[in-house]
Amino acid sequence: MTATIAPPRPQAGAEPPPPSEPRSLPRWAWALVVIGVWIVVWALTKGTDTLEIPVRVHTEVQQQLTDFRDSVLASRDTNPLIQFTYSLGGWFTDVVDWAQRMISIPDFPRPVPQIGWLGVTAIATWIGLAVAGWRIALLVGASFVSFGLFGYWSDSMDLLIVTFVAVVFSVLIGMPLAVWLGTSRRPWVVSMINTLLDIFQTMPTFVYLLPIVLFFGIGASAAVVCTLIYALPPIIRVAGHGIRNVSPTTIEATDAAGQTSFQRLRKVQLPMARKTIVVGLNQTIMAALSMATIAAYVDGPGLGKPVLSALFKNDVGGAFVPGMLIVVMAVMLDRTTTAASEASERAARGQVDLRLRRIVLAVTAVGALVAVWASRTYISLAEFPETSWGPTLAGWVDDFTEWFTDTFRGATDWFKNLISDYLLNPLQSLIAESPWYVTATAILLLAFVFGRARALLPTVICLAGLRYFGLWHDSMITLTMTLVGTLLVMILAVVFGVWMARRASVDLMLRPVLDAGQTIPPFVYLIPMLALFGPTRFTAIVAGVVYAAPVAIKLVADGVRGVSPTTLEASRSTGATTWQEITKVQLPMSRSSLVLAANQGLLYVLAMAVIGGMVGAGALGYDVVLGFSRSEEWGKGAAAGISIVLIGIMVDRICRAAAHDEAVTHDATRRPRWRAALGG
Amino acid sequence: MRKMRIGTKLTAVAAVAAFVLAGCGDGGSIDEQTEANESGAAGAGDCGDLNMAVNPWVGYEASAYVVGTVAQEKLGCKVNYKDLKEDVSWQGFGTGEVDVVIEDWGHPDLEKKFFDGSGDGSATDFGENGNVGIIGWYVPGWLAEEHPDILDWNNLNKYAKEFATSESGGKGQFLGSDPSYVQFDEAIISNLGLDFKVVFSGGEAATITAFEQAQKNKEWLIGYFWEPQYVHAEVPMEKVALPPYEDGCQDDPATVDCDYPETPLKKIVSTSWADEGGPGVDLVKNFNWTNDDQNLVAAWITSDGMSPADAAAKWVEENPDKVDAWIG
Repeated sequence: MTATIAPPRPQAGAEPPPPSEPRSLPRWAWALVVIGVWIVVWALTKGTDTLEIPVRVHTEVQQQLTDFRDSVLASRDTNPLIQFTYSLGGWFTDVVDWAQRMISIPDFPRPVPQIGWLGVTAIATWIGLAVAGWRIALLVGASFVSFGLFGYWSDSMDLLIVTFVAVVFSVLIGMPLAVWLGTSRRPWVVSMINTLLDIFQTMPTFVYLLPIVLFFGIGASAAVVCTLIYALPPIIRVAGHGIRNVSPTTIEATDAAGQTSFQRLRKVQLPMARKTIVVGLNQTIMAALSMATIAAYVDGPGLGKPVLSALFKNDVGGAFVPGMLIVVMAVMLDRTTTAASEASERAARGQVDLRLRRIVLAVTAVGALVAVWASRTYISLAEFPETSWGPTLAGWVDDFTEWFTDTFRGATDWFKNLISDYLLNPLQSLIAESPWYVTATAILLLAFVFGRARALLPTVICLAGLRYFGLWHDSMITLTMTLVGTLLVMILAVVFGVWMARRASVDLMLRPVLDAGQTIPPFVYLIPMLALFGPTRFTAIVAGVVYAAPVAIKLVADGVRGVSPTTLEASRSTGATTWQEITKVQLPMSRSSLVLAANQGLLYVLAMAVIGGMVGAGALGYDVVLGFSRSEEWGKGAAAGISIVLIGIMVDRICRAAAHDEAVTHDATRRPRWRAALGG
Repeated sequence: MRKMRIGTKLTAVAAVAAFVLAGCGDGGSIDEQTEANESGAAGAGDCGDLNMAVNPWVGYEASAYVVGTVAQEKLGCKVNYKDLKEDVSWQGFGTGEVDVVIEDWGHPDLEKKFFDGSGDGSATDFGENGNVGIIGWYVPGWLAEEHPDILDWNNLNKYAKEFATSESGGKGQFLGSDPSYVQFDEAIISNLGLDFKVVFSGGEAATITAFEQAQKNKEWLIGYFWEPQYVHAEVPMEKVALPPYEDGCQDDPATVDCDYPETPLKKIVSTSWADEGGPGVDLVKNFNWTNDDQNLVAAWITSDGMSPADAAAKWVEENPDKVDAWIG
């Protein structure tokens, strides 16, 4: 569940790739041939060798995974590794606990924390002013006040603390790895790190949540560690990429001065990659926040707790308010880090009056200190006064949800049945009800059609893995849902992406909505969706679409906007209609963005497979939740998690090979940069 | 100059806000409360910490907070509530992170791992808590009213088509539940020759939403449900009679063809915590209440929107007899 607030735009004006060489038969025709043959074979053989296993039956491999976990669990009192990690976990807990007593929970015997809400808000606002200017300071101040006004001050501070600790360790661990990734001349190091990062990012957290508890303990320590694991990859990937892409001419020029490789790193590569590194940091923070609700499953402190506890009371409004505050926090941190990077660049160029700046900061610092003092002295400045804002908003949301579901249920039910009957069920029957070797052959042939020889090896490995871990049938159902979800995502992406690219006002209006779609915890909107669509695969698909569409829409919008204005004017001068302009010029010329959007969209939809398992979609998502819920099924859950990873890597490698074969990205810096920046 | 003015303004605003708010603050002095807390701590009892696991359902929350409130208010324990699923809670017994699971529906695999004898002995069975879990097949109230014969399993096949959905592949849909729960529905359906397919909702929230919508929109639905559950107070549901449970009829998961047994819910505690003894241990040992008690508190939490702590405090205040019996 990667969170992306604002993927960096591709360099505008980049010319489209040269058209690929003409072939005797285009690739889509070959693909149709493969699918046609597949359908014939399916009609003759369906229902045989599908490798379907009942819900509570597990294979030997899965049992071995469970046994391994059990043996580690049984050894916990004597295992030196567990004792080491446990003390590490204890240390995390102590750090978080100390910070909590400073700003979030009463520091006994004080009835309140050491610094009250006014002091914390003042300090945060001052930091905003110092790093990014007064606009950001206002945003930060308003965000902090909103945490209190809606009644979640303490949970908000807890989430900030956990996020902060996890991000600090992500940077400490991630930056050296990023430098390694960015400076290594060995291709196997690069591909090894990249594959590991892919695994870390697609493995469902529920699979490793129980082992984390085993190794690090319950509560803040588990929350920090699971957040850390998920937040680490973006900074390694993006920063590593930035370092690698510092222009070789600059490096050669400075190398001529006889610098050591360490000097080169410190004086040239790191400073020149700073902007990309900040993007990486930004992505890491967003990823950390998206773990808030998952961490709450193991008593991790933060805003995820009220979201989860409202979920099991079917309290939509009660989940919405803290969920919205997570979005507020994400937007605040996103805008602050971005603005801070821009501000520091201005300062580095000497465009800031340093003397004036120092005076302003000193004066405002005094103000902040006064606020801290006041918040240590007066109860009402320490403890946020209770307001009715939170419950009122929750009430509105409840009323709105009820009205909405009652009004539109008929229409949504019709749409659900339409998609299920005419798209989902036939496709699932083809993919999952064919004998497993037929489906495997068909996937392999399609991979070859699209990605040529380059795609074959990863596809074979992943298919063999899916077969080995014994959840073939469930994997194929999950694959089907992911494909249908991606199709819906791409329809939305093209419609809204083109619209946003053509109208600045639409862009301005939609961006915050897209940001919210990406950062709001899915648990907030699951119940309304269940009310609209029932516990079905379609509900799971819609949840995936909500999460994946924003990324795809932004990518398409950026791609379409990148089409050079001269080309557009040329087409206008020939009298093309708007429709022709879009279909004949803008979309074909932003084809690489469309491919990328489809790739990212698919991975994001897949990332929601586990959430899908909680709303009636069954398949791999359900297996993962089952493994998390029942200790004897842990191995099955782990096998399902691995299968999700394999599907993700397989599809990604086929897409990449296809893009490579099509020479969509001749410019070597472009493709990985997008990918990396998306953390996908 | 522009920046300067803004900086000054901010300071002024902060300072004014501070003093204005300080002026209207009537919460009393922090120092006074600190002193009060200090002297309070000196006179507290010897109960110590009580780490109470809070599993994610409302009934559990009601029991946990009632016991926690009594421990805190009457015995002076420091109660730490930990929001955890069942598996994680049991793992916590051995590490001292969890002391009490107040409502356990039966977990044979966890018992094997953590009870004395077969496992590491970190968990101890502390007996029944008085609640009885009833599991079964339920239909929404409107359906039972319009087709009363549906409450007998023999008639289910007659209606199977009505239960079909986009998920059930032409058969009737039986809505299975959260993977945490004991479920034999696939076996029951096949062994009774019913024309149904189990579709797993995957979570309690999904199941509850499905029953709410089915009752509201008069839709056909049959599924796994249970009592005590707060939603029975809001959505009428009727239990379908399966062949009655007999001893041993659920021993082999593959051949189950009978109803679920009534499950007495149990208290499970950390062995080392229980061995230490103290008033908190005695309280948990004695704790016992009825399904009606729990449903009442659960309804306060859900329908009336009270916080679990407030709801528990209200019940404790209104039921001194029962509470006194627990603390002896």
